[in-house]
Amino acid sequence: MSIHLEQAGRDVDGIMHLADIDLTLEPGQLYVLLGRTHAGKTSLLRLLAGLDRPTSGRFTENGADLTRVSISKRSVAFVYQQFVNYPSFTVRGNIAAPLKRMGLPAGEIARRVDDVARRVHIEPFLDRLPGQLSGGQQQRLAIARALAKNASLLLFDEPLVNLDYKLREGLREELRNLFRQGNQTVVYATTEPEEALQMGGTTIVMHEGRVIQTGPAHQVYRNPASVTVAEVFSEPPMNVVPARIDGDRLHIGALDIPLPAHVPPGQGGDCRIGVQPHRIAHRQQAGSVRLDGPMDLAEVDGSSTFAHFTAQGHPWIARLDGVHVLAQGSAFAGYVDPRDFYVFTAAGALVVPPATQGAAHG
Amino acid sequence: MMSIAETTLVAAPLARKRARSGGRRRAITASLLGLFLIFQALPIYWIVRMSLMTPANVLSRPDFLPVDPSLDNYRTIFSDPSWYMSFVNQITYVCLNTVISLAVALPAAYAFSRYRFIGDKHVFFWLFTNRMAPPAVFLLPFFQLYSAVGLFDTPWAVALAHTLFVVPLAVWILEGFMSGIPREIDETALIDGYSLPRFFVTIFMPLIASGVGVTAFFCFMFSWIELLLARTLTSVDARPIVVTMTRTASSSGLDWGLLAAAGVLTILPGVAVIWFVRNYIAKGFALGRV
Repeated sequence: MSIHLEQAGRDVDGIMHLADIDLTLEPGQLYVLLGRTHAGKTSLLRLLAGLDRPTSGRFTENGADLTRVSISKRSVAFVYQQFVNYPSFTVRGNIAAPLKRMGLPAGEIARRVDDVARRVHIEPFLDRLPGQLSGGQQQRLAIARALAKNASLLLFDEPLVNLDYKLREGLREELRNLFRQGNQTVVYATTEPEEALQMGGTTIVMHEGRVIQTGPAHQVYRNPASVTVAEVFSEPPMNVVPARIDGDRLHIGALDIPLPAHVPPGQGGDCRIGVQPHRIAHRQQAGSVRLDGPMDLAEVDGSSTFAHFTAQGHPWIARLDGVHVLAQGSAFAGYVDPRDFYVFTAAGALVVPPATQGAAHG
Repeated sequence: MMSIAETTLVAAPLARKRARSGGRRRAITASLLGLFLIFQALPIYWIVRMSLMTPANVLSRPDFLPVDPSLDNYRTIFSDPSWYMSFVNQITYVCLNTVISLAVALPAAYAFSRYRFIGDKHVFFWLFTNRMAPPAVFLLPFFQLYSAVGLFDTPWAVALAHTLFVVPLAVWILEGFMSGIPREIDETALIDGYSLPRFFVTIFMPLIASGVGVTAFFCFMFSWIELLLARTLTSVDARPIVVTMTRTASSSGLDWGLLAAAGVLTILPGVAVIWFVRNYIAKGFALGRV
């Protein structure tokens, strides 16, 4: 069963929520919707679920029009960002609710409830009410209810975003395993590039209501089609600075370096250079270029430090391993290997990804 | 300018003074509250006192405690059908009104809370304009219309007339409660295969139970204490207790004790309802829109 969106769009009160969506969801595949908030991820999921209707374009399943098919006739499950359960039913009652509506025999329902509760580790709480569970358990319950149905299309709208870090890591791992076991089509929305890379599958990058790139996660990460994709698919956002190619020289501000070898010949004129924040190092390495400038701000995030500094007239962000004390206004020297440069045209289309592609990192 | 040391020195006696004046303030507050309580409770006590006395004693004896207390007045009420049937009539139309109002207001409030339709805001506001006219305005049309269809002097007449005033309030209160429930629950139920009616009864109603309790309370109380419509739309068969009381007062030369007993009995259902939904109301006032 493959689901197909063709030039689908949705306007609400004259405001564009989605436009020109061309998408094919193949059965049993995992799709990760990646985009910032308001990129249209939730709108697209609601469209796929049938909660909203496209205002333009076609929405089909195996060639049959889905636009006006009632949700109850389709096999869909949806997990929200908020913890949505039925507060007056017990955990068992919650998981059983969709199964009862499907008219399954009691024995089959009991078997499925126990099975799915075990898979998401909430079997000790089967007789409690959702209000008596912690946030993580409530979301597990919502996931359990969605999984129990064995729906052919499973939709997740940032299901882990309201959980604390530790829980999120654990649950993401479990979800990944669950998706691998099942033969359901899964669409999973997230704002986090790291999550998209960890989930794997096909990444669908969204921006301002449009799909801007689709492909296997690592491939999209390494070969972003445009500056926008690169910015969305990098946390913190990729450094993108204007530059100029002049023969075999590359000019970034006053910096004048030899054109990196991975840039194909025949380029010339204005372009843009992209550098992943984690590819800017604190120490000099062979062949690296030095970026000098005053520190603007340093943020320490667990095991790494985000150094915001200004060099060659542009703001940069470097993600340095370890905790560094960097005073505001002090001189900062960042080292970057020109082989790590993404080169984009002035308009933002990718010319060439970095030559050093071994160590992909979120 | 005072230095810090001086401030500290001055602060101690000030605190003592404040404590003294705090005690006095508490005493004043307590006595004011006490006065208010007496003001509120005295009439209730007085009607209970009168209901236990003979008419002659009610008029001649100013004692604070009841003189020769007896339950004769209550006995009269419970043995005379024109009295006790009045209670039955009133309870009938009040319950009818509450049930009809809730049955109408629940789907209406759900629609206002969940759907957008042309003129939804106007209709929501228009509901209220019904309450901006005094009930007396509707007396004549109600009287003529209900006479024409044979509803006059039935509990249905009063119940239906009251719904006109109660339903807008009920819709408004319920809409507030319903809008407090995330729409995602509705959508999840829809995806899980629930039909709207089944979802409404099995999942949604338990979530707004306190709102339904509060609304039922307001429907009940409005209908229970309303006199004008009840009096005009009934004559003999469906006459409610509030009307029987006023008619007795004008015709049979004022049997004070009997009237007082009927009054006490009229207060009781209200007390019972308040006791019944007390928990709901405490919750409802905090959560909803009352």
